[in-house]
Amino acid sequence: MTLLELARGPGLTFALAVFVLGTLWRLVGVLRLPRLRDLSPAREAAPSALIAVVRANLRAMWPRPAYAPFTLWVTINGYVFHIGLALVFFGYAPHISFIRRILGFGWPALPDIVMVVAASATLIAMLMALATRLTDPVRKKISSADDFISWTVTFLPLFTGMAVMGEPSAAILARSHVVYGGPLAMHLLSLELLLVWFPFGKLMHALLFAFSRGATGLRFSHRGVEA
Amino acid sequence: MTTTATPAFDQQGTQNDEARVDAALRSFVREFGVTAALHMESCVRCGLCADACHFYRTTGDAKYTPVYKLEPLRRAYLREASPFAPLIRALGLVKKPGIDVLQQWQELIFDSCTMCGRCTTACPMGIDIAELVKEARHGMFKAGLVPERLALMGRTARQWGSTATPGEDLPDILAEVAAAHGVDIPCNLERADILVTAAPAELGEHTKALADAAKILNRTGARWTMHQAGFDASNVGFNNGDLELQETLTRALIDTALKIGARTLLLPECGHAYGAARWEAAKWYGRALPVRIIHMTEFLDEELAAGRIRVRRIGETATFHDPCQIVRRGGLEAAARRVLAALGFELIELQDHGVTGYCCGGGGGVVSNQRATPLRHRVFELKKQQVEATGAKRFVTSCGQCRITFEMGAKHAHWDKPTESLLELVADNLTD
Repeated sequence: MTLLELARGPGLTFALAVFVLGTLWRLVGVLRLPRLRDLSPAREAAPSALIAVVRANLRAMWPRPAYAPFTLWVTINGYVFHIGLALVFFGYAPHISFIRRILGFGWPALPDIVMVVAASATLIAMLMALATRLTDPVRKKISSADDFISWTVTFLPLFTGMAVMGEPSAAILARSHVVYGGPLAMHLLSLELLLVWFPFGKLMHALLFAFSRGATGLRFSHRGVEA
Repeated sequence: MTTTATPAFDQQGTQNDEARVDAALRSFVREFGVTAALHMESCVRCGLCADACHFYRTTGDAKYTPVYKLEPLRRAYLREASPFAPLIRALGLVKKPGIDVLQQWQELIFDSCTMCGRCTTACPMGIDIAELVKEARHGMFKAGLVPERLALMGRTARQWGSTATPGEDLPDILAEVAAAHGVDIPCNLERADILVTAAPAELGEHTKALADAAKILNRTGARWTMHQAGFDASNVGFNNGDLELQETLTRALIDTALKIGARTLLLPECGHAYGAARWEAAKWYGRALPVRIIHMTEFLDEELAAGRIRVRRIGETATFHDPCQIVRRGGLEAAARRVLAALGFELIELQDHGVTGYCCGGGGGVVSNQRATPLRHRVFELKKQQVEATGAKRFVTSCGQCRITFEMGAKHAHWDKPTESLLELVADNLTD
């Protein structure tokens, strides 16, 4: 079995299994905890729970004007690499082809030039995020191993992916065989590393953020706070 | 960055270190319902909460980053209550907080957090850090690791039902206040529609506020009373993490209201009283309460709107400090502004106001914790600058604890601008 076969076969199966089961375990493990009902009377004209949750989720997408002077850079940098990663993962033609092989369906790809710009911007933004974490006293104080592991396992697929982006995606997809087997295997294995780590570290915020924001939205809207 | 001295920790009781740690951890773990767990799980350690915190903003010391104050709670959660807790313990991935950690964190949990929740509104994950700090305080109390001044207030309140005076002295105190201010203050009536409560300061240095509340209530024609069985609304248990005391003090108010047939429990100009009673009283009863709990600001707003009281228009400029528990965590931002408008003030808002207003620096018991005085003074400077920047003639708030904090800060800074009470302004300007 070659490294690529390992990455495409048992490696991928294992990573997906850990990803799905681990994510479910963590989500269910948190959501099954006791829910303490707020028995106090809600503020008059408090919105419904659904509106409260949606509003809180939207509200948290951008810093309030009072905090903007201090938070804008971190926020914008965060958006750059979140959007960049999403574009690269869901918009790059070979990725869509890969997903189609697993799930049986796909969608139209974005042009390669968009991928190059998105990947480059993401790479720079991630490096800046790391630099901030290593140099800013607040980030240094609060960082844990999880932060660095999560950064590494996110950065590696991006980095190894860029290493195999040497030619147009149409040319890659047109070939029936893989030319750069080793680099592609490394790219796949790095993705699998991300999938395996996902349930255990802070990458889970990709799912938890909506619940977390929603919970505070419920608490605050019950009180009539425009949070 | 300004380096701040680390004050010594206090401890109460005779339990050994191991027992203290176990007590704290047991309490921490009990706190984790789904909301607290979601919030512990969701932090990405972006650090944006730091710039929202007045203690970090005024010192530049990274240890005051709000989420860092939760470190012992986080460790307890990961080791004992999180979905991967068995794995984390088995592999030794997270160190159990020891007595040294708990002692060290006492300052961060009590001295440098007012539970104002400004950080909550800055968190992109929506984590309610203030609520988690409150939950961390429960564990610290169980471990006997509370600043001594708060512990002393707790012991007093356990004995007297108030940090100010024993209940049996209330009739005499009210009689003195009534005589001094020339107002009738009913006490211990067997039946009344409104049970009126006080903050401890109103039974001491702020008796005018109490007399003014009486003056307004008498003007409305309401049937009201104060009662020695339940009169102190400032719930020290809420601040020092003593849940049993919080329940006892809350029950004293609600039970007294029910006993005299009151339909309304009127809270004084006190932020934490509002937090403890308005939003948490029902949980001790396990059902919705048959008594409506309202803050003095709501009462003034309603009485003005209903035309039961009228006020002279002052016609000057004013700025307003939003008490955190009443506005950011209480939802009463508009009510105070309507009262100010009724008083004819031209409101000039602070640079940071409403939900994002800065705390006075004394909430959460910090005003009573003398160890935190230097930190409070730094925060006062921030508020002072914002007040002065408005150029407003009058500075008003609706929380007695905020007012005391500002008065202490002003004295230290030789600042001659008085902090005025919204209640007292209404009382002083009542018209027929």
